[in-house]
Amino acid sequence: MARHPRTRIGRTPSPARRFAVPVITTMIGSLAPVLPLIATTAIVPPFGLMVFLAWRALHRNIWPAWAGIFLGLWDDLFSGAALGTSVVLWTSLLLALDMLDRRLIWRDAFQEWGIAALLIAAYLLFAYQIGGAVAGWYGVTLMLPQMLIAALLFPPVMRVCDRLDQWRLRV
Amino acid sequence: MAPPSPRRPGFSRRAQYSLFTTYVFAVAGLIAGALLLVTARLDPEGHAAIQQRVGDIFAPVSSAARSALGGMGSVGEAISAYIDAGSKNRELEQELAKTRADLRQAQQALIENRRLKRLLALKDQSSATIVNARLVGSTGTLSRRYATLDAGWADGVKNGMPVIGAEGLVGRVVQAGRISSRVLLIVDAGAVVPIKRLSDGLPVLANGLGDGRLELRPLTGGNNPLRARDIFVTSGTGGIYRPGIPVAMALRPTPDGAIGRPLADPSRFDFATVEAEYIVQPPPPVEAGAP
Repeated sequence: MARHPRTRIGRTPSPARRFAVPVITTMIGSLAPVLPLIATTAIVPPFGLMVFLAWRALHRNIWPAWAGIFLGLWDDLFSGAALGTSVVLWTSLLLALDMLDRRLIWRDAFQEWGIAALLIAAYLLFAYQIGGAVAGWYGVTLMLPQMLIAALLFPPVMRVCDRLDQWRLRV
Repeated sequence: MAPPSPRRPGFSRRAQYSLFTTYVFAVAGLIAGALLLVTARLDPEGHAAIQQRVGDIFAPVSSAARSALGGMGSVGEAISAYIDAGSKNRELEQELAKTRADLRQAQQALIENRRLKRLLALKDQSSATIVNARLVGSTGTLSRRYATLDAGWADGVKNGMPVIGAEGLVGRVVQAGRISSRVLLIVDAGAVVPIKRLSDGLPVLANGLGDGRLELRPLTGGNNPLRARDIFVTSGTGGIYRPGIPVAMALRPTPDGAIGRPLADPSRFDFATVEAEYIVQPPPPVEAGAP
């Protein structure tokens, strides 16, 4: 959970910054496929989704339920997947997290990590299905390294988001 | 007490309605996204056009970054050498490393030069060269294997054209944008290339496995004739790829074929040539009354 800075009477953090920081960092995360790297297999973790989920783990109210539509569309434009893949999947993940909030009200960082790792794995599997799965089960085993890398990189991503969050909410 | 959440608005009607509206938007977006996915299946052309327009914006960025990448690596080496430096001995070592880096750069330039020369030779051989361009990036987060080429329909690139590197076949263009286009690599799990064994012309089909290797299946019955270190080139069967482009080398035989690796190593892709689609000439019509 995010630490909240001490508020001072009569002063609130800049609303523009509060809004823009999570949105812009998620959009930058989605630009990972623009990196000048030619991968022979799917190995680069979905950074856009990871930043999106990291912000959600820090503040459970940060994304309105429709946030996945626009940020997912942005992600689709760069990932090379069919347009609509991330729109559908990010929104579904957000709705699933909303439902989970009613069951698991108090969560620690390890639980957030586990939940995020499962959601990222689910996202990769569904994206694989939507993208036209030709390799069958063999293709699924190829995604395991990517899932593992994404799971291991989630805590550092969350840490970066936390640092940005402190700057975001500073008055 | 659990933190107050706008997801549980309590008795305020206004809050309840605004929350409800949020979810209505979300579900509407979900349905719209699903419809988009359906159009991707029904109208892939229009779909690709939108995506490629965005690719055009960012291809120059990737292109610049890729050409600067070699320089960036040596900068990192230099910095780490500075951190280590403390004594004269270290300084000398550093100088040596610098010399080595220069030498390596010179060697790299030499290799690149040779590669470009080979590419030019390639160009001379085929009259159907459309453009020579640089491969700048790929969809690393995705399970499909696409690469980005920094040439588009402004240079004459069209969908379906084969892309050939200095060492062998790279793939074919699937989405041509204005200044950049997307190439489906032969290692993609959906790519199939008709090939033949170089030594005896045995017909084989190569399809990608999605992990950087190729599955080679001979079009013969009976015993598996493929052996390790067999070389395969395109056969030209069915058009698209002209015959004689190097494609793969077999690594190890399997019960019904072989696992091979592409001769053009995708991680070292740099320059590639886009060629016009190879069209198989139809056989001459049989004359009536001919024997």
